[in-house]
Amino acid sequence: MMRISTTALALTVGAATSLGLAVTAAAQEKKIVIGVTCDRTGPTQIVGTVLCPAEHDYFDYVNANHLLDGYTIDHQEIETGYKVPPAVEAYQRQKQEGAIIMPIYGTPQTHALNERLEQDKIVGTTPGFGIAASADGQKYPYLFPIAASYFSQGAAAVQFVKDQLGGSLKGKKIAFIYYDNPAGTEPIPVLKDLADAEGFELRTFAVPPPGVELNAQVLDITQRYKADFVISHLFGRSPSVSIKEFKANGYPLSKVVGLVWASGEADIMAAGGWGVAQGYNTMQFAGAGDDYPIRQEIKAMYQKEGKQPPAGMENTVYYNRGLLNAAIEVKALSNALELTHGAQPTGTDVKKGMEEIHDFTLGGLVPPLEITPTDHEGGGWVRIFQVKGNGLVPVTDWFNAYRDTVWQQVKAAEKTQ
Amino acid sequence: MFHRESGVFKTSYAADMALYPLPIARWAVAVFAGLFIAVAPLTFGEYYLSLLNLCLVAIVGALGLNILLGYTGQISIGQGAFMSVGAYTAANLIVRLGLPFWITIPAGGLMAALIGTVVGIPSLRIKGIYLAIATLAAQLIIEWTINHVHWISGGVQASIEIPRPSFFGMPLASEAQIYVFLMFFVVLAIIATLNLVRSRIGRAFIAIRDQDIAAEIIGIDIFRYKLYAFAISSFYAGVAGVLESYYLGIANYEQFQLDVSIDYLAMVIIGGLGSVLGSIFGAVFVTLLPIVTRWALESGGGLFLTESNLADIIPHLRLVIFGGLIIFFLIVEPDGLARLWRNIRNYFRLWPFSY
Repeated sequence: MMRISTTALALTVGAATSLGLAVTAAAQEKKIVIGVTCDRTGPTQIVGTVLCPAEHDYFDYVNANHLLDGYTIDHQEIETGYKVPPAVEAYQRQKQEGAIIMPIYGTPQTHALNERLEQDKIVGTTPGFGIAASADGQKYPYLFPIAASYFSQGAAAVQFVKDQLGGSLKGKKIAFIYYDNPAGTEPIPVLKDLADAEGFELRTFAVPPPGVELNAQVLDITQRYKADFVISHLFGRSPSVSIKEFKANGYPLSKVVGLVWASGEADIMAAGGWGVAQGYNTMQFAGAGDDYPIRQEIKAMYQKEGKQPPAGMENTVYYNRGLLNAAIEVKALSNALELTHGAQPTGTDVKKGMEEIHDFTLGGLVPPLEITPTDHEGGGWVRIFQVKGNGLVPVTDWFNAYRDTVWQQVKAAEKTQ
Repeated sequence: MFHRESGVFKTSYAADMALYPLPIARWAVAVFAGLFIAVAPLTFGEYYLSLLNLCLVAIVGALGLNILLGYTGQISIGQGAFMSVGAYTAANLIVRLGLPFWITIPAGGLMAALIGTVVGIPSLRIKGIYLAIATLAAQLIIEWTINHVHWISGGVQASIEIPRPSFFGMPLASEAQIYVFLMFFVVLAIIATLNLVRSRIGRAFIAIRDQDIAAEIIGIDIFRYKLYAFAISSFYAGVAGVLESYYLGIANYEQFQLDVSIDYLAMVIIGGLGSVLGSIFGAVFVTLLPIVTRWALESGGGLFLTESNLADIIPHLRLVIFGGLIIFFLIVEPDGLARLWRNIRNYFRLWPFSY
């Protein structure tokens, strides 16, 4: 009996001391909480295992170099496995820990959290996925797509095809091959509008999930429809299968452009390597490749600690997207700190900081975004990189296209939601 | 709870039929109900209430599946799809007609029951694993339909945002308010299930589960009762779907995919087939176990690993522990957590003078 009570006493004292320590530590240190969620085990792990570590690397880099006005970033990650209820749980937990900005992971999760973000005044970023209509900052005040939505990607793809086919699309045949889920079908209304406006013929080819068997669709496109150009909007394993199939059917890959989630190095490797995918056009919302100062600085940070840079860094497309997401969030935070003159910012401050982002390129990795209270997408910028030799080479500069058509669809989508 | 039955003399049919024949059991249940209904929303933090809310939605769905799988013995892997039928029915009624929750929740349930009955028709001819495949087909067909018919799904995104339920003009926005809202339907579902399984219909279900030919010989219309089972089970699923949509503020196609059906199957099997308490245990177990293992790993893992390694290892280790614990519980007690609980209770019934 005696022994038990001493142990209990020791435990109580220990707990009390550690609690006291935690409280004093929090008081001394100025801290900003960023709530990271990720999918490292679910259907999109091919992206998550590269993209999320990149976000952590950038936050660590900011902390190590004291780039945030005396504040340190607390970036705890919660893994959701791409499921919705765990994402809601993660949101509540991170909100409890005081998060004021969250990189959201996944389209259904964005839908589920949208209303909560607005109610709790927490900024969420959804680069390259999420709700296309959330480009409208009036309707979705706390949601920031910050990168080209599927609407903008579709429009930009049409612009790219137009330039490739000699400046006119009249009478041309464009095939749109897409993964048959909501995210896959989303660009279709924009493409249809543009088909009417530009006078090209559009035919859509659905790939049912899980999208590992594309033989019939590719045969249809290359042999029967004889498309002049192909826009490919696929996810997961299917981009690599599509590259293989187009190659096997003798269709020139330089006449295929993949939207952003059909554009990673992992897809090209899974299709059989750089040699197979020569000429394939990939659409990017963050610069691909290694030639950016921030990547060198992160490598230097690892070397200074005597560690190897993470293997995921070689997957430059997804890694750089993680950097873009983290960098824009940090930029928004530093804008917010300017607004509050160094006082602890709230979610509303971060929202204002986010809406003042312009002329922020991170050495060419980030497009010339212009985020405003009305345009949370920042202009819908993309850049096309082509597979040449053993890497991705830019073939265009940053561009956006058909903004009127895109915004018409944004307004139309708001009505149905 | 732990109590002895000595001195129980039932003198009327009503006493014999009572759900809880002993006063002490009634008091124990009342205390637990009071704790969860009244005390929890007032004392728990918002985060813990959000965990309970996720559990409450899962309990309704698990009860429904248990009626079909545990009591009637018909396998279904279409639970997620039936939930989506309820969710989209309610979402359309809310958005198009602006109907309140006390209409949309039964309406969602009834629509799911209708679709569930249609899906149940093949159950007369096919059994066991074959029926599972038929319900799998239903899951895929319903998913496809919702994905492609924009009249149902509200556009290419296949998601309909719905406002918070309002109670006499007061929107239920906070976690505590939503908790009470969900709890009301959970209590209703539990009481309905407890009474269903001791009714004529429930006894017919159990007879069909135990031996369908014998059941038919003693005069049970198997086809009709199998369809009842599908309808009732789908009704619960539909209600769970509506509740989840109200809780999340959205009906989204990706909330109700095949993996959700598998999760519900896991809940009733781990919790205990043919047991109301088991459905509750299973729903709570499957919902909270990943979260609790993460807490444990987060607090303990820092001793062995660096932070960046931890972020990468926790999710994978969590899956391993989750799978391992499921296997452990199924080996220790194949009849589920409900049976485990009953064993513990029986042990303490005569404690310390057990023989």
